[in-house]
Amino acid sequence: MARAAVLGRLTWHLANVVELVDETPRVRSIALDVPDWAGHRAGQHVDVRLTAEDGYQAQRSYSIASAPEQPHLVLTVERLDDGEVSPYLVDELQPGDKLELRGPVGGYFVWTVEVGGPVLLVAGGSGVVPLMAMVRHRVGLGDGTPFRLLFSSRSLDEVIYRDELDRLAADDGIEVVHTLTRSQPDGWTGYARRIDEQMLREVSWPAAEQPRVYICGPTRLVESVASTLVALGHDPDRVKTERFGPTGG
Amino acid sequence: MPYVSRGFRGRRREGGDAARVPPGQYLTDDFPVLSAGPTPHTPLDEWTFSITGELDEARTWTWEEFRALPSETTTKDIHCVTKWSKLDTEWEGVSVDTLLEGVETSAEYVLAFCDGGYTTNLPLEDVAGGKAWVAFGYGGEPLEPEHGGPARLLVPHLYFWKSAKWVRGLELRADDEPGFWERYGYHNYGDPWQEQRYWGD
Repeated sequence: MARAAVLGRLTWHLANVVELVDETPRVRSIALDVPDWAGHRAGQHVDVRLTAEDGYQAQRSYSIASAPEQPHLVLTVERLDDGEVSPYLVDELQPGDKLELRGPVGGYFVWTVEVGGPVLLVAGGSGVVPLMAMVRHRVGLGDGTPFRLLFSSRSLDEVIYRDELDRLAADDGIEVVHTLTRSQPDGWTGYARRIDEQMLREVSWPAAEQPRVYICGPTRLVESVASTLVALGHDPDRVKTERFGPTGG
Repeated sequence: MPYVSRGFRGRRREGGDAARVPPGQYLTDDFPVLSAGPTPHTPLDEWTFSITGELDEARTWTWEEFRALPSETTTKDIHCVTKWSKLDTEWEGVSVDTLLEGVETSAEYVLAFCDGGYTTNLPLEDVAGGKAWVAFGYGGEPLEPEHGGPARLLVPHLYFWKSAKWVRGLELRADDEPGFWERYGYHNYGDPWQEQRYWGD
């Protein structure tokens, strides 16, 4: 596995689109073959650049969903209806197209085996993407670090990676707890509200066990979960945050 | 010649605002929040702002003393390295010139330090001469904690990570010490018009 510190200049790579997977009606994963990719760490992101025929360009950042040891670099993108780049990536891009990107970027919101655990992941919507890279890395290494994911989605249909998470929970000891905030299927017995203090008390390891916490989602969720965990005694230095949301374009 | 993205048209900006948006940025009307950890909440009666390092005697203001300093309002465009730019943001704050008034120093750099352990480094000349403020107001209201309140650095001519949230002081330094994001691969200087996002840009 290539070590992924950002060392020299981050040059643009021309990646080949290998496969597209619809995760939900609004979310698509893009598997890429990136020639000369130096590798990444779980939690990092890339910059994507699109160019129109007249030379006009647009750039956005997207988290990497794949583990470093996986064969393709995978981005998972949510379509924002008023977005400029995400509708193209979700609706227009086809296998065989190419995509310009550079990275990996960001070295703080990452998990490696050396960081250890236990690891509490808290996700809202497409904020799950960099956390999924961490989950896949832990599983891909066959590492035994305890991982627990608290995942807030609007409805069951909008749960990104639902089948894979079910499988990882059953086979690989990843504990996954869902909360569905807007609508729940008949017979749903799980959480059905926004993440709150009571839920964090029930799902998180206590502060005394010093879990490593990674939170990614919309600002309101990230602010609320991070503040609540600090109030519950977690050391702010062990609570890492990343924001995702409609303003991500 | 960059690769042309088949079928991509993009959303062009026309007119005067286009010239105000640096390369690779897009405009937003929101005010996105980005930070690496939980929002600190230091009570105002424990808050101080200090100038430390290469000067004869360190200076420290309590919140009350800081707020008694002459302040200014300023309207600026801001540019985040995560690609969004926001035009005409209205700030109220104390000019860093006011905080450094009468200071004699051989320092050429500053390291801003903050609640939560965040740091960022800048050349001294980039925070002097009317280019930087310690801002406590935004849009006519007290600066909200998630946006860096009670006070943040405002250095609008550089990418916005240089405008450190929850700032508690400036260390005057002879040498240039990379700050938090600067050690994680982000550009040491961060000029949005040169698109200096990452090391080597």
